[in-house]
Amino acid sequence: MNVTLRVWRQANAQSEGRMVTYQVQDVSPDMSFLEMLDLLNEDLTVKGEEPVAFDHDCREGICGMCGVVINGTAHGRGSSPVPTTTCQLHMRSFEDGAVIDVEPWRAGPFPVIKDLVVDRSAFDRIIQAGGYVSVNTGSAPDAHANAVGKQKADRAFDAATCIGCGACVAACPNSSGMLFTAAKITHLAMLPQGQPERHLRVKKMLAQHDAEGFGGCTNIGECAEVCPKQIPFDTISQLNRDLIASLFKRDGK
Amino acid sequence: MMTTTKPVATTENALPGADYFTLGAEIADAKAPAGPIEQKWSKRQFEAKLVNPANRRKLTVIIVGTGLAGGAAAASLGEAGYNVLNFCYQDSPRRAHSIAAQGGINAAKNYRNDNDSTYRLFYDTVKGGDYRARETNVYRLAEVSANIIDQCVAQGVPFAREYGGLLDNRSFGGVQVQRTFYARGQTGQQLLIGAYQALERQVAAGTVKMYARHEMLELIVVDGRARGIVTRDMVTGEIESWTADAVVLATGGYGNVFFLSTNAMGCNVTATWRAHRKGAYFGNPCYTQIHPTCIPVHGETQSKLTLMSESLRNDGRIWVPKRAEDCDKDPRQIPEEDRDYYLERIYPAFGNLVPRDIASRQAKNMCDEGRGVGPAVREIDHDGNERMVRRGVYLDFAEAIGRLGADGVAARYGNLFDMYAQITGENPYETPMRIYPAVHYTMGGLWVDYDLSSNIPGLYVTGEANFSDHGANRLGASALMQGLADGYFVLPNTINDYLAAAPYEKLDATHPAVREAVDEVKGRIEKLLAVQGTRTVDSFHKELGHIMWEYCGMERTEAGLQTAIGKIDELQKEFWANVKVTGMNEDFNQTLERAGRVADFFELGRLMCVDALHRRESCGGHFRAESQTEDGEALRHDDAFLYVGAWEFTGTGEKPVLHKEPLVYEAIELKQRSYK
Amino acid sequence: MAVTGLILIAFLLMHMFGNLKMFIGPESFNHYAEWLKGQSADGGILYPVLPAGWFIWLFRIVLLAAVVLHMYSAITLWNRALAANPSSYEAKRKLAQTYSARTMRWGGIILAGLLIFHLLQFTVHATLVAGPFDGSPYDMVVGEFKIWWLVAVYAIWMVTVCMHIRHGFWSAFATLGANTSAKARAVLNGCAWAVALILYIGFMIMPVAVLFGWIGA
Repeated sequence: MNVTLRVWRQANAQSEGRMVTYQVQDVSPDMSFLEMLDLLNEDLTVKGEEPVAFDHDCREGICGMCGVVINGTAHGRGSSPVPTTTCQLHMRSFEDGAVIDVEPWRAGPFPVIKDLVVDRSAFDRIIQAGGYVSVNTGSAPDAHANAVGKQKADRAFDAATCIGCGACVAACPNSSGMLFTAAKITHLAMLPQGQPERHLRVKKMLAQHDAEGFGGCTNIGECAEVCPKQIPFDTISQLNRDLIASLFKRDGK
Repeated sequence: MMTTTKPVATTENALPGADYFTLGAEIADAKAPAGPIEQKWSKRQFEAKLVNPANRRKLTVIIVGTGLAGGAAAASLGEAGYNVLNFCYQDSPRRAHSIAAQGGINAAKNYRNDNDSTYRLFYDTVKGGDYRARETNVYRLAEVSANIIDQCVAQGVPFAREYGGLLDNRSFGGVQVQRTFYARGQTGQQLLIGAYQALERQVAAGTVKMYARHEMLELIVVDGRARGIVTRDMVTGEIESWTADAVVLATGGYGNVFFLSTNAMGCNVTATWRAHRKGAYFGNPCYTQIHPTCIPVHGETQSKLTLMSESLRNDGRIWVPKRAEDCDKDPRQIPEEDRDYYLERIYPAFGNLVPRDIASRQAKNMCDEGRGVGPAVREIDHDGNERMVRRGVYLDFAEAIGRLGADGVAARYGNLFDMYAQITGENPYETPMRIYPAVHYTMGGLWVDYDLSSNIPGLYVTGEANFSDHGANRLGASALMQGLADGYFVLPNTINDYLAAAPYEKLDATHPAVREAVDEVKGRIEKLLAVQGTRTVDSFHKELGHIMWEYCGMERTEAGLQTAIGKIDELQKEFWANVKVTGMNEDFNQTLERAGRVADFFELGRLMCVDALHRRESCGGHFRAESQTEDGEALRHDDAFLYVGAWEFTGTGEKPVLHKEPLVYEAIELKQRSYK
Repeated sequence: MAVTGLILIAFLLMHMFGNLKMFIGPESFNHYAEWLKGQSADGGILYPVLPAGWFIWLFRIVLLAAVVLHMYSAITLWNRALAANPSSYEAKRKLAQTYSARTMRWGGIILAGLLIFHLLQFTVHATLVAGPFDGSPYDMVVGEFKIWWLVAVYAIWMVTVCMHIRHGFWSAFATLGANTSAKARAVLNGCAWAVALILYIGFMIMPVAVLFGWIGA
């Protein structure tokens, strides 16, 4: 199959970007979207043009490094019924002859580095603000010292599967990073190990989220719709509950 | 099922492939303390020199890599109070490829009351490694394994639990005890996130400085000690030097030398290879693990392979058509009597559950016979002819679905079936899955002693990047265990012995050794950019991968390996004459990044072939055609090859030097594997 | 945002309830209006806890505060979103958002504008369409809603209000932490629809009745 791509090209953070049209021929339906971009890049390289920069690493949907907006949907969807990472989107989800728009995540806290590559280090700083349990190596009690009910353990796990790709921010009309933040809050709030720092954590992480320039959540739900790991939308309410409770606690401000 | 080995006197006096290397001095001692094996680690911890907590912040440690081995080490050394500089090539430390491990992590907790113990985990790991691992290291690995689970749970890693609230275990990788802890099919992800959180906590505390999107391109050695690294800032192209009192490489494996592997696209050998070129020995480079249950190649534009947990073999039956002419038929139309359930036929005792290496090799044999299934892919055979070969075998769940129902199968393997359907577009509940082996893990790596120190003082190597714990084959659920053992518990208790003599002389950017290293890096980049040929980096990488897979993959022959070395030399020459690297250094330039990595893969690939050539025995995941039993099974030669092959670099185009580290088994008896 | 929004929704429900007194008759409705203002013979609502006539002003202060805080929060959120969204997509596909959710901001401005008109009309009596106010509250309401296009304006206004509430009701509860599961989400959204529809019908039935002469004829 053949496709027409309209790809965002931007030399660096300072320069203006624009959409550039490319034809990609002999695309196999079994290719992943990124393999199709590889094909384009091989072609561009042979012609002596600079290939399209895009982030990617594991290409099995778990590292969270890849992610572009395809036809207006974060990570793209094509005809695929379920949300996936870009690397797990396959060309069989597109029609022969399709025109496909490819853009980077667009959000102030995720400045473009080049073409489709953005800087997501704001997420790391949100985790630094409190997305951990303060336990030094070697100081842990036996793993069976605390039992965790299966329901809570499962809910913790559901939230912990976040891969930090940033699709939630890219899809949010407010560019809010709330689903990402809430996933970590919920993961640790469900476990006994997360309790001592629970209220301090939510305050600190949310303060960092806001300081990074992410927008506020208005409960629209685009985030959960594009999340390749299907982080539950209700984690945001968990964050809100913890935040309200934390206002009555003396730790933090 | 074990039988005692009879010494086989087939090896000649000169080692095979002696034209390609020279023999150096034996490595006499890996520095494990004397005494009974169960006391060695505590003895070593007691004897190691300590660093006063007040002095630790004056000492700088560079750690390259943020996976389980690197991230855990950075967090732990940060907590201890050292000044840590941590580097990774990804945009965040959370992306390291440890994240992709699915199955689980072993630990000798004996929570199942099923006779598990430190000794049994040690024994299983050495046996699984086909008696090519250093027993002192493996025993320690088993010893600290239980602490890992405690540590991870305390960090909030959501391991699978039972209704009683306690941790669940499963049996994994063919062992007979249930000692594998898991977090659905995402154990690696959850463990990595745990280490990442611990790391970010130290970043916030100011003990660790994190440099993401920085790729290490050179090691700085001063007066024989590792004193720093040179990196390229992957956003701006800036070449920077960093100096420290010690350097830790936790840069993972080099499976991408095969181009197609289950590794992440960015996984590379550059950090360890650069250290090797500066004098660090490379241990057992040819030891590669081939995983049998991966999704087959769909065509020439494939960029990577995806692994599916080998737990699928518990219920799936592997077969190919008996006749080659049936291979393009709908598998559901092929009657039972025309199917060859070859593993059940050849290995009636173990059937579909034979070890990874055997399952992999037999799949290759079936496809080589022309009985593979799925799309045919273009290959170049040993005589240089193009051929189209179907590379896949069926993994059929029809019988399991009949027995357990589709829901029962979905409960066990639902996420894997979904993944398969997403990638192939086929529904595995209706039509059999297709699988084929793929490169998954590299047991080889930089040689380290008991302290995880390379032979360059001050250079430590942890996780998959070192060679030490898995011998010739790694057991399932052991990679995560080793990465975290090294990072959390081993390195933080051995590196102090070296740092006790620090701080070493302060170095600045004008020091001749630093300048030389920086100039080397700049020179190499300029050289790559100056070629301006006509072939893309990827096309070279793919061709190298084909050579490696064909000649240094599952089955190796003397002639094949010699051919491979010739082909690699030729291809490498063409690379430096005809590669096309677009753009410039002072930019975000992914082509340049890849070109540098591929350039190192050529040199590594050649050394892998030399190592494979000299090791004329079949062991672990490596079938050497010249070393097989009468009925075609792997034959190990403990008389001639019971050693670690540690290779020393002597110069570009020079013959490498082989240093043997004899393997001494005091706590364990050598046996030959048999699965018939 | 959530708390003030819920206060305003509660007020609207009470307001709607009061309006429906129009169906009972002039005495009931007029008494209700006087009672709220503390002008009725019994001293009005909360008398003698509060002096007569105090309640309505306290009530208005609370409502005004709620409106001001609601708008302040909305403007803050909007500003943050604008700051976080410096460039827009060439193509944008919406997967989850409803029309109500998407129009909260501009819809809010439009309905606030009409609110001012409404207050000037029925509270301040400055923009009465049918002429100066000289009779009872009942007569005033009947007089105004006899004008068909005014009823149409109110019908449209109430669409914007109820759409705002459709998303606002659910969103307020989600912000307060009530979105605990997919099921809770369905229930809250169902309630949001119900409240929006009840308010729409409850508010519009009276003007329509007046227009068609079912009451106040």
